[in-house]
Amino acid sequence: MFKILSNEQIAPGIFNMQLVAPLVARKAKAGQFVMIRIDDHGERIPLTIASNDAENITIVYQVVGVTTHRLTEKKNNDFLLDVVGPLGHETQIEKLGTVCCIGGGVGIAELYPVTRAYKSSGNKVIVIIGAKNKGLVIFKEELKEICDEMFITTDDGSEGEKGFVSDVMKRLIDSGRKIDLVYTVGPAIMMKVIADLTRPFDIKTMVSLNSVLVDGTGMCGSCRVEVGGETKFVCVNGPEFDAHKVNFEELMSRQSLFKEQEKHACKIRGIVY
Amino acid sequence: MKKQSPKKRIKNFDEVALGISEEEALQEAQRCLFCKNPKCSMNCPVEIDIPRFIQAIKDKKFGDAIQIIKEKNNLPGVCGRVCPQEDQCEGACILNAKGKPINIGALERFAADWERHDKSRLSAEAKRESCLAKAEDTKLKIAVIGSGPAGLTCAGDLAKKGYLVTVFEALHTAGGVLVYGIPEFRLPKQIVKEEVGYLKSLGVVIKKNFIVGKTVTLKEIFEEGYSAVFIGTGAGLPSFMNIPGENLNRVYSSNELLTRANLMKAYLFPDYDTPVNIGKKVAVIGGGNTAMDSARVSLRLSAEKVYIVYRRSEKEMPARKEEIENAKEEGVEFHMLTLPQKIIGDSEGFVKGMECIKMELGEADSSGRRRPIPIEGPEFIMDVDTVIVAIGQSPNPVFLKATPELDLDKWSKIVVAPETQATNVKGVYAGGDATKGDDTVIAAMGAGKRAAKAIDAYLKKV
Repeated sequence: MFKILSNEQIAPGIFNMQLVAPLVARKAKAGQFVMIRIDDHGERIPLTIASNDAENITIVYQVVGVTTHRLTEKKNNDFLLDVVGPLGHETQIEKLGTVCCIGGGVGIAELYPVTRAYKSSGNKVIVIIGAKNKGLVIFKEELKEICDEMFITTDDGSEGEKGFVSDVMKRLIDSGRKIDLVYTVGPAIMMKVIADLTRPFDIKTMVSLNSVLVDGTGMCGSCRVEVGGETKFVCVNGPEFDAHKVNFEELMSRQSLFKEQEKHACKIRGIVY
Repeated sequence: MKKQSPKKRIKNFDEVALGISEEEALQEAQRCLFCKNPKCSMNCPVEIDIPRFIQAIKDKKFGDAIQIIKEKNNLPGVCGRVCPQEDQCEGACILNAKGKPINIGALERFAADWERHDKSRLSAEAKRESCLAKAEDTKLKIAVIGSGPAGLTCAGDLAKKGYLVTVFEALHTAGGVLVYGIPEFRLPKQIVKEEVGYLKSLGVVIKKNFIVGKTVTLKEIFEEGYSAVFIGTGAGLPSFMNIPGENLNRVYSSNELLTRANLMKAYLFPDYDTPVNIGKKVAVIGGGNTAMDSARVSLRLSAEKVYIVYRRSEKEMPARKEEIENAKEEGVEFHMLTLPQKIIGDSEGFVKGMECIKMELGEADSSGRRRPIPIEGPEFIMDVDTVIVAIGQSPNPVFLKATPELDLDKWSKIVVAPETQATNVKGVYAGGDATKGDDTVIAAMGAGKRAAKAIDAYLKKV
């Protein structure tokens, strides 16, 4: 049983939950995730560890279906039945020069620990974050504090520039800026677009993939995706991979496998999001 | 043994085999010859004193019967159901000469089920506890990694010897392949829960959501004061065929299908939140028990047609004859000497067909089975919308990758001394699928038993 210390909405449909999970907290590194299960009937879902201290971890989740909806109903001092981790490989952090960290939607939360790690390893860090609108730009202040340059884009222009993170990326590349590494996390289509942008310029690009997981320990292959012509498991070989080798079409296709079931489950519970 | 009728049972996940009645048990026990040199016991991987427990049944002392079984076997309800008795005790029974070996498996199950249902069991259990000759607490801590059959058996035996045993389990529930692999209709999870409960009553502590290799390392376990470690991490890494189209939607490893259905109870979706997406025409690739389980689970989900697709002939199939028979009774169709080459998808990325070629059998290979050779000829397309790949599993990599000091063979199986299950690292033992690749529950239990014995000897010397 894992105690919930807080469960706060930080943007429409996006929540920040702090949990007591000392065994996970003491080992968690940037880029890693946990599998959680709310209760005995619940499914296991992966959530990136946004931050951790000696005893507690913070996870950020977006309401996209039954399980994430049920998470919003949890109050302080409630419990999650199962939390296990830290899973996946930690982000490989090196001093490279200039690192561009790009986050989209709820992926911005996942960007935070990685950005912090790159910065503290002596890199110059440019952050580009994008969301549908101003209300959905999360972690703005936290990221501003730890990066050297920050760009914000919103689809409707309500904050920062009107447009997409890829517009800013393109601009930076076109201006001849030397970028040693791009790290990006967000919707699969966004990561694909960034990868396609950086590929002709040979800029090393790492992505954190968000496939469907069941156990999270390499047992089932639900999370598998083609990377560089080989099948890799996001849970144990990833979650981060060389973006230029990832088969994003396949990833996005596999993400849609349970769409009908998900829709049905929401419908019968009256969940709308 | 009575079974649910095929027509009825493919619509539910209830147990297929219904056990035997007390009358049937007594009749069967009376047939036993109580051999002086019982071949049955000699062929039991956990050395159950079979004639003695059968005698107890014959004498209507069912409590004694289960007690005798439990002297050697910590999971009798499980074994009575899933052991390949035909290859072990029953296969060795001298009454085979008359064509009718004693139905030892049914008798073991009868005794285990009797205990589960007997109301006076609780107080009887307490009585048995005191005469279990449980050794004095040694105050020595043993860590067991993995709560599958190997780990649970090792843990139970060491607990009986007075050690303080903690089992570290990566998943959220104990049992390993007993809960995620074997379907509900072959092994009800309630039975696994109760048998795990029995181990807890012996003092075994089970820590769930604990991945050794991530949550804690092997080195840290020793630093925390554990005197010895048994590794029972299993073989949970699924094998794929590496053919085009294998990542299409509705292609699953058998592990994924079974984990969703058995562990996460997807057959009760949406009451349970984990879904599974199976179409109407399912091809299961493989010929072992896992393939049979996958086929029979698919039938009980939404499949109308289920095919077993195997590259050799039925004779070479490693699955238990009983499981093949059950599958056939349920309407699973067997396509032998067939090899998939490519899985074909539709415009949405879902399976719509599978291209195969026919095979013939050549000379025997290293496994002793005749080698399948492709026949020159046209490929044909099987009309399927779901493919389950059940061609085998290899050792779970998470723990192994985090523990490079362990010697592994070229298939990533942990190398152990056959009699003691000792690895190359002092104080570290291993058994079950982690050392053998995918094998049986009972073989894992036998290894757990040998390791417990060896750990006890090692610690007495140290």
